[in-house]
Amino acid sequence: MSEAARPRLSLQQISCAFGATTAVDRLDLDIAPGEFVSLLGPSGCGKTTTLRMVAGFVRPTGGSISMDGEVISSPAASLPPERRRMSMIFQSYAIWPNMTVAENVAFGLKLRRMDRGTVRRKVTEMLQTVRLGGLAERYPAELSGGQQQRVALARAMVIQPRVLLLDEPLSNLDANLREEMRFEIRRLHDEFHFTTVYVTHDQGEAMVTSDRIAVMNHGRIEQIDAPYLLYTRPRTRFVAGFIGRTNLLAGACAGEAIAFDRFAIPRAAFAGGETLSGEVLFSVRPQSIGLHRAPPAAGDGVALVEGRLLQRTYLGESWDYVVAPLDSGLRLKVAALPAEVFEVGETVWLRFDPRQMAPIAG
Amino acid sequence: MSVAQSAPAAFTGRPGALARLRRLEPASLVWLVALAGLAALVAVPLLRLLVSSFQDTDTGAFTLGNYATAYGHLRDVLALGNSLLYAAEVTLVSVVLAVPIAWGIARTDMPAKGFIRAMILGAFITPPYLGAIGWILLGGPNAGWLNRVWMALTGSGTGFMNVYSFGGLVFVTALYAFPYIFVFTAAALELVSTEMEEAANILGAGGARTVLRITLPLVTPAIIGGAIVVFLDTVALFGTPAIIALPARVRVMTLVLWQFFEFPVRAEAAAAYAVPLVLITLALFWAQRMVLGRRGYVALTGKGGSRRLARLGPWRFLILGYALLVVALAVLLPFAALGQAAFSKAWGQGFSWGNLTLGNFRALLADDNSRQTIAHSFTYSAASATLAVALALIVAYIVSRRLVRGGAVLSLLCMAPLVIPGIVLAIAFYATYAPPPIALYGTASILVLGFATRFLPIAYVNCMAALRSLNPEMEEAVRILGGGRLRALARVVVPLLKKNLVGCWLLVFIPATRELSTAIFLVGARTRVISVMMLDLSENGSFETLAALGFFLLGVTILIVALGYRLLGRDFMLRRS
Ligand SMILES: Nc1ncnc2c1ncn2[C@@H]1O[C@H](COP(=O)(O)OP(=O)(O)OP(=O)(O)O)[C@@H](O)[C@H]1O
Ligand SMILES: [Mg+2]
Repeated sequence: MSEAARPRLSLQQISCAFGATTAVDRLDLDIAPGEFVSLLGPSGCGKTTTLRMVAGFVRPTGGSISMDGEVISSPAASLPPERRRMSMIFQSYAIWPNMTVAENVAFGLKLRRMDRGTVRRKVTEMLQTVRLGGLAERYPAELSGGQQQRVALARAMVIQPRVLLLDEPLSNLDANLREEMRFEIRRLHDEFHFTTVYVTHDQGEAMVTSDRIAVMNHGRIEQIDAPYLLYTRPRTRFVAGFIGRTNLLAGACAGEAIAFDRFAIPRAAFAGGETLSGEVLFSVRPQSIGLHRAPPAAGDGVALVEGRLLQRTYLGESWDYVVAPLDSGLRLKVAALPAEVFEVGETVWLRFDPRQMAPIAG
Repeated sequence: MSVAQSAPAAFTGRPGALARLRRLEPASLVWLVALAGLAALVAVPLLRLLVSSFQDTDTGAFTLGNYATAYGHLRDVLALGNSLLYAAEVTLVSVVLAVPIAWGIARTDMPAKGFIRAMILGAFITPPYLGAIGWILLGGPNAGWLNRVWMALTGSGTGFMNVYSFGGLVFVTALYAFPYIFVFTAAALELVSTEMEEAANILGAGGARTVLRITLPLVTPAIIGGAIVVFLDTVALFGTPAIIALPARVRVMTLVLWQFFEFPVRAEAAAAYAVPLVLITLALFWAQRMVLGRRGYVALTGKGGSRRLARLGPWRFLILGYALLVVALAVLLPFAALGQAAFSKAWGQGFSWGNLTLGNFRALLADDNSRQTIAHSFTYSAASATLAVALALIVAYIVSRRLVRGGAVLSLLCMAPLVIPGIVLAIAFYATYAPPPIALYGTASILVLGFATRFLPIAYVNCMAALRSLNPEMEEAVRILGGGRLRALARVVVPLLKKNLVGCWLLVFIPATRELSTAIFLVGARTRVISVMMLDLSENGSFETLAALGFFLLGVTILIVALGYRLLGRDFMLRRS
């Protein structure tokens, strides 16, 4: 395997059980050098456990983890965290309140026996980078939440870790700051390109920061993809429902077409449509359904369905409509621009674009 | 008269003395009485101490003569130095004894934690002078058990240790002082989030380095806090020095103060000699501030702050071994020796059937004098605990509900006895209440007042904590329905805090039953208490009776503590407050 292709971090069939509960269940994950990967999933799905196994705080009960081709964790042996040359940012930041900002950041450097001059220079540079230039001599209690967060980032990054781990680092910040810090984290990644594993249950955070997102459920990865693909091409029902809102439409393969409740679309219109067979579930995002007063021009496999508008909600940036196709029990969520005003009870035309419908396994 | 009725009167009536009098709630009277009590117990004696140190014994005129008498002899000045050295060494040894065990219990998977905690509680409730007697039986120059074993094993003609020495004094004192530091440190260690340590791990610090660089520095305030308590306690300690330092010809402050009270009593000189102690105390607290500085010590965020116990592997037996050694020295060995003495006709004769007897206990209970002494101890302690808790509750209520301005001053007064050595407090009480016309000297009242004052801070801290846990809306609900403050206090606050108050009462009662340094200056011929009787017995060398009395006192204490556990939960004694 060539140097470039070898993953920095490779989790193979990794499992972790606490007594009877299996927190992580035979999970596979490869992360390339310099890549930013998020673990995203609902509470209790095993994100923290996975991260702590990577850090070396928890020993796996099955499988192995290797870094640059070298096994660092297995049920038999686990390299202690202090020898992994990683860094981690904790949910509570865990910045030491009895040390100044500069002392906190210098801690890891001093452990690496760097001389005073180098330590001072690196600390100063790093504090500039995270925009804490003037606060080196403050104690953590004298900082705001966001500043404390930056100290934690500086402390973790200044040692040039081989892997940077973050466990819900923004969950203790208020909403505005959280928004700002997710861009900050991405900016720092673009600057340093540390291989990063980021745990979160906030999809917005994962979308902004990550190269790839691994969606976890019940200790396994359901799908791992770039944020855009995850949204437009969810591959499982769970992912489709977890990332954004969606409509699930059941279709049946019948000859050269796929038949839905009130309409049919030629198989060929779907990307990879020829491989589909039997009953198929499609995820259709509310934004991808067009809403029209009169039937628009059809074409390209596009399907038109007449329906009645049942409910509407104005959200400021968009309208949320609920539409029922005529003579159907289906209730579809449709999002529309603020200018596209329809009244409840109106008859409308729904426009389905097969290129924006993702077939789902299971 | 309730608030609801008095308020309109206040609004319609002419402003003036009459209106103000009418507006006076009955509650205000209670406040006034409590404040007066606080003044009488704390402020007046301390002022009196200061004033009388500048007063001539006979004429009452201003003089510096007392200071000349107090510090006129070089040996008395040296005694002050000895005391400071003694306290510093005890503090150091206590830290060494306490901190590793606290770490083992709070942060590792050390086995037998329950047993070790129980034994440390045992050391905590053992009066230091009783432990000292135990160690005389163990480490007396030739007759002590450990020396006898040593001589038998090595064939040597002399023992290997002598408790009657400065080193012995330090060692024996530290064995009963270290639980303070243990309690403070263990409580703080339990609060350190594991993430603090993991953050150091992942940056490359191994286990030992993390403990030394991160964990322990994070609890320095607790260690320093405990160390200050130990230091102050040791400077003011009377019992252990009286038993060990006196025969060893080591002069410490408390013994010099005691001499000022021998005939002819020179209370003013004692006051002068005691004043610097207060200054030392203040200096210590100032130094603590300097050391801690601007640093923070508590974790800044709540989330993710869980604690996981460190797995030590085989090392956990090392830390257990250390803990066992310490509790053996503090509890197991001395109590074995005391037990042997309590059930012997003569302790030196060793273990034999012929030497075995229950006579010591029988004699103790048969003798009118000692029966009275025991009764005094328990009644005075109960009275002072009740007084202290009542006063503390009212003051804490006034302060926490901001009923008067200057709450900080009241807090300070309540906490002041904490930093006033017991012996100084006793001298202050003597100076205030012994002279006519009050002339309380030799009465039960002065002992009860003295004990109540001495332990007022314990009561106050606990009442304050309890009140903080109580939502003020509970009382506001009473008041909006028309009940006054006193009704709210009696019907809501006290019943809700019943458990806390009982615990608080016990926390005052227990130390009061064994208090020596205050008692020694305030007892009269007809108000002797157990602690003073024990000191007399040790002077006579009646170690058998003394041991029996000690066991009796300890038995009662253990019963009370057990009752407290049943009623209030396991934590009520070793809780940091
Ligand atoms: N030390 C432990 N002992 C027993 N069970 C544990 C332990 N740690 C985690 N678990 C269990 O393992 C599962 C996964 O936990 P984990 O902390 O990895 O979840 P998470 O995805 O990080 O959740 P969250 O988003 O709430 O932080 C949960 O069911 C949890 O109860
Ligand atoms: Mg988690």
